[in-house]
Amino acid sequence: MNDPAFTTTGLTKTYGEGEAAVHALRGVDLEIPPSEVVVLLGPSGSGKSTLLNILGGLDRASTGQAFYKGQDITAMTDRQLTRYRRAHVGFVFQFYNLMPSLTARENVELVTEIAEDPMAADEALHLVGLNERIDHFPAQLSGGEQQRVAIARAVAKQPQVLFCDEPTGALDSTTGRKVLKVLTEVNAKLGTTVLIVTHAAATADLAHRVIHFADGRIRDVITNKTRKTAEEIHW
Amino acid sequence: MSPLTHKLLRDLWRMKGQAVAIGLVIAMGVMLQVMMSGLVTTLESTRDAYYDRYRLTDVFAPVARAPAHLDDTLGRIDGVARVQDRVVGAALVDIPGRAAPVQAQAVSLPENGIAALNATYLSAGRMPDPARPDEILLVEGFAKAHGLAPGDTLVATLNGTRRTLQITGLAQSPEFLYIAAPGEMVPDDSRFGVIWMGRAAMAALFDMGGAFNEALFALTRDARKGAVLAEIDRILDPYGGRGAYGVEEQYSNQFVSEEIDGLRSTANTVPPLFLSVAAFLLYIVIGRMVQSEREEIGLLKAFGYTNAEVGAHYLKLVLVIATGGAILGCLLGIAGGRGMVQLYLQYFKFPFLLFRLDPASFAIGVIASILAASGGGLLVLRRVFALTPADAMHPPAPADYSRSGRIGQGLSKLLDQPSRMVLRRITRQPVRMAGAMIGIACGMALSGSMLSTFIAFEDTLDTTFTVVDRSDLTISFAGPVHRAALHEIGTRDGVWQVEPVRFVPAILRNGRHSHRGSIQGQPTDADLSRAIDSDKQAIQMREDGLILSTTLAAKLDISAGDRVTVEVRDGRRPTLEMPVVAIADSFFGTPAFIELEALNRALKEPGRVTGAYLRIDPGKRDEITQWLKGLPMVAGVTIKAEAESAFRKVMNQGAGSSRYVMGLLAFVITYGIVYNAARIAHAERARDLASLRVLGFTKGEAAFVLLGELAVITLVALPIGTLLGHGLSQLIMAAYSTDIYTITLGFEPSAYGNAALVVLSAALVSGLLVKRDLDRADLIGALKTRE
Ligand SMILES: Nc1ncnc2c1ncn2[C@@H]1O[C@H](COP(=O)(O)OP(=O)(O)OP(=O)(O)O)[C@@H](O)[C@H]1O
Ligand SMILES: [Mg+2]
Repeated sequence: MNDPAFTTTGLTKTYGEGEAAVHALRGVDLEIPPSEVVVLLGPSGSGKSTLLNILGGLDRASTGQAFYKGQDITAMTDRQLTRYRRAHVGFVFQFYNLMPSLTARENVELVTEIAEDPMAADEALHLVGLNERIDHFPAQLSGGEQQRVAIARAVAKQPQVLFCDEPTGALDSTTGRKVLKVLTEVNAKLGTTVLIVTHAAATADLAHRVIHFADGRIRDVITNKTRKTAEEIHW
Repeated sequence: MSPLTHKLLRDLWRMKGQAVAIGLVIAMGVMLQVMMSGLVTTLESTRDAYYDRYRLTDVFAPVARAPAHLDDTLGRIDGVARVQDRVVGAALVDIPGRAAPVQAQAVSLPENGIAALNATYLSAGRMPDPARPDEILLVEGFAKAHGLAPGDTLVATLNGTRRTLQITGLAQSPEFLYIAAPGEMVPDDSRFGVIWMGRAAMAALFDMGGAFNEALFALTRDARKGAVLAEIDRILDPYGGRGAYGVEEQYSNQFVSEEIDGLRSTANTVPPLFLSVAAFLLYIVIGRMVQSEREEIGLLKAFGYTNAEVGAHYLKLVLVIATGGAILGCLLGIAGGRGMVQLYLQYFKFPFLLFRLDPASFAIGVIASILAASGGGLLVLRRVFALTPADAMHPPAPADYSRSGRIGQGLSKLLDQPSRMVLRRITRQPVRMAGAMIGIACGMALSGSMLSTFIAFEDTLDTTFTVVDRSDLTISFAGPVHRAALHEIGTRDGVWQVEPVRFVPAILRNGRHSHRGSIQGQPTDADLSRAIDSDKQAIQMREDGLILSTTLAAKLDISAGDRVTVEVRDGRRPTLEMPVVAIADSFFGTPAFIELEALNRALKEPGRVTGAYLRIDPGKRDEITQWLKGLPMVAGVTIKAEAESAFRKVMNQGAGSSRYVMGLLAFVITYGIVYNAARIAHAERARDLASLRVLGFTKGEAAFVLLGELAVITLVALPIGTLLGHGLSQLIMAAYSTDIYTITLGFEPSAYGNAALVVLSAALVSGLLVKRDLDRADLIGALKTRE
């Protein structure tokens, strides 16, 4: 329980080469204890999504190391990364990334199908407040509804780690609060480590820990002494 | 149902048009493979079974007149299992309502009624009663053509004797599997018949009491045929033996075997070509299809689906289309094969039919489609799997247009923005564009080469019947006559021109190669029947040597300047050494020409002819034909118009008819390819195009970006397809040609012009279909979801 969920040392990520190279991460040293809600804040292009992708096993770092519960993610083979994602990780992508040819429910089932101990797809959709439109296709849903499907999909597998890239970006504050409530509940009930990237600074108040990101580096890390509940947050 | 299965079914439904087009392309390839191989297997196994059940003879030995007791001597030859003798002769049959009598062959039935060899299959009625000399069997096709049935009578002239004959039954025989009038290649049921008559009656008519004029032999399994033939010839020689020959040289069998061989070589060449093209297209199309699913593949990977699971999902999609197409192809192939066999039955007189399909062709067709499809799919999957999921699902396609920037800038003064987008995309993704372009070029090549084939068939027929043979009638005499006899014919009212010809049966040999046929003597500047060179210019007959047809030269492996041995099978039967002085283009048969009097001198029979070509007043054709047939020396008269139409019929309904099926398939494939190229381009660009529309570009401008690309690819594909097609057509022609006819082919611009029209029309139709979808596109939907 005291082992950190994630540790990174000197993590860098460079896209492209030579003159055109983009340094998305310029050396990230980080420690995230297990079962915490962590909020990542930072300007656009500062490398938040990149960090999430690497920790989630979706992308590879250029240099440095990243550990999940002592296992070196950066040293994993493709096969091991697949197993890692399949067994432990839930994602909410910045652009939702729903399968256009599957309904809301089927999009959730796509993940519960291969999870070890998932909740029912319908239950996950109720949790994010989607009751009626669950047999609709993504093209028939609003952006916010699509986002909630994406969150239900991530939560449904009851993962040990949950990566959420701007989960409330397209939502009104009432729905947004509902979604944040779901995320904190998952954290409280299952001990899931939750990483949330957001531009809504107020969200930081419900985190155990807030990481400020700038220009591919961590500017500072703040530990909240007291946390607000999702209902108490306004933005 | 698992969500992936849902996805599979919905994806299939979404891309149904494309799936059908891909499926059809592969179905056409498989269909041709199954159809042609099934046709060959069916004809071959039916022929073999027929020969076997009705005991087709191994060796035929015609002789002038041999005493019946010679049978014993012949039977003792080492390697001979069985001998049967018989009497054969020519007959002329009167058909009520027809100006001239029709030629027929009369064959004796064995005395005891049981044919050990060359048995007859009785299809109606009963066998003639040996005690009644006027009872006969009539060959079925001829009877049907003239509405004759058992119980009817027939008036025929046999060896100068006119007889009224009683038809007791209709029959078929393996030695008359293919029946054509003498001197003609092509069968016409109404113009040549076969009569079977009791042995005693035949002997009486043809003066063969206690004698025979043909011996039939069955050989033992280990017989050495060459030695047996030589021995038979030695024994029969004193009695006017005409040279024994094996069944492989028997007219009907030779023709049928040639036809089946030709068909087999077509089946071995053309369908695999079609199938390869179809498989190649499948490979490209499936690859591009999977490529356009890249983001979804990345997403599945992100959720923790393994490569195997994702691969299996896409392979299922691909295989549903490929095997669906292959199975459809098999079914169509079976139907097509059966249809083709029915066509052949008009010419091959089988009493029964064994439908056989070649299981290997199914396997080849299905496996080729599956390999090509999964190959195309797996290649792309491997490339996508090599990316990290984050990369694979990275938002808008990270296409880097920076390298093509200069091109656009350089031309920016000349081109508007949409044109530059077209140009950049083509230059930026050369591999993808080349794939699409080669695909369309293949379609163009298939269509163009098939259209060339049509023209070549037509050309060959035209050349044969207008350039080579310019006569109206051909007459043949019962034997060599003096050319003075032609005078009477030449002076007859309505006869414009008479040109003598002498056919001498002979065996031509060059080392191990030999050919049993005839030499054709003609006047130096023969005008009605000519030898022509590859430019269709007449070649003059030469006194100093033979002019061989290309087919014969190839068969004997000989060229101009070489010498050939000619074993004459007529008259004194000399063996001559002759130089080959020229090679003539031939389309039909395997002629060997020489100047008429030079031939006669070599045979020491001056002034002899065996027939003549006539040009006549068309208005008097019937009258002249009838008069000619009444002349005692005339054995047969062939009206060229009839021969030509019979030949055209065979080319269009029999042997050559598969070209129409192939032509149709080529068009379907071409359409399928072009449609797919358009669809995939659309799928790859749907998002970009929606963005363009949102930015304020008109529907027309957005469509231009897509269709402009298609247009450029199509235009580039045309010349490449033409080149490919020309090569392909040479292969197809070679496959269609047999010993009996040769189809020759030059470059046919009109074929490629028309093929280009096919491709362009396909592009137009596909373009319009895609444009309709573009216009209908739900902009918001296209932007909102990531397809
Ligand atoms: N595949 C890629 N190729 C090249 N550059 C990339 C790629 N992905 C990200 N980048 C660059 O890396 C940097 C960090 O990107 P990242 O997506 O991590 O930013 P972010 O902090 O998530 O921004 P936002 O808040 O806008 O989502 C950016 O400058 C971006 O342009
Ligand atoms: Mg981001």
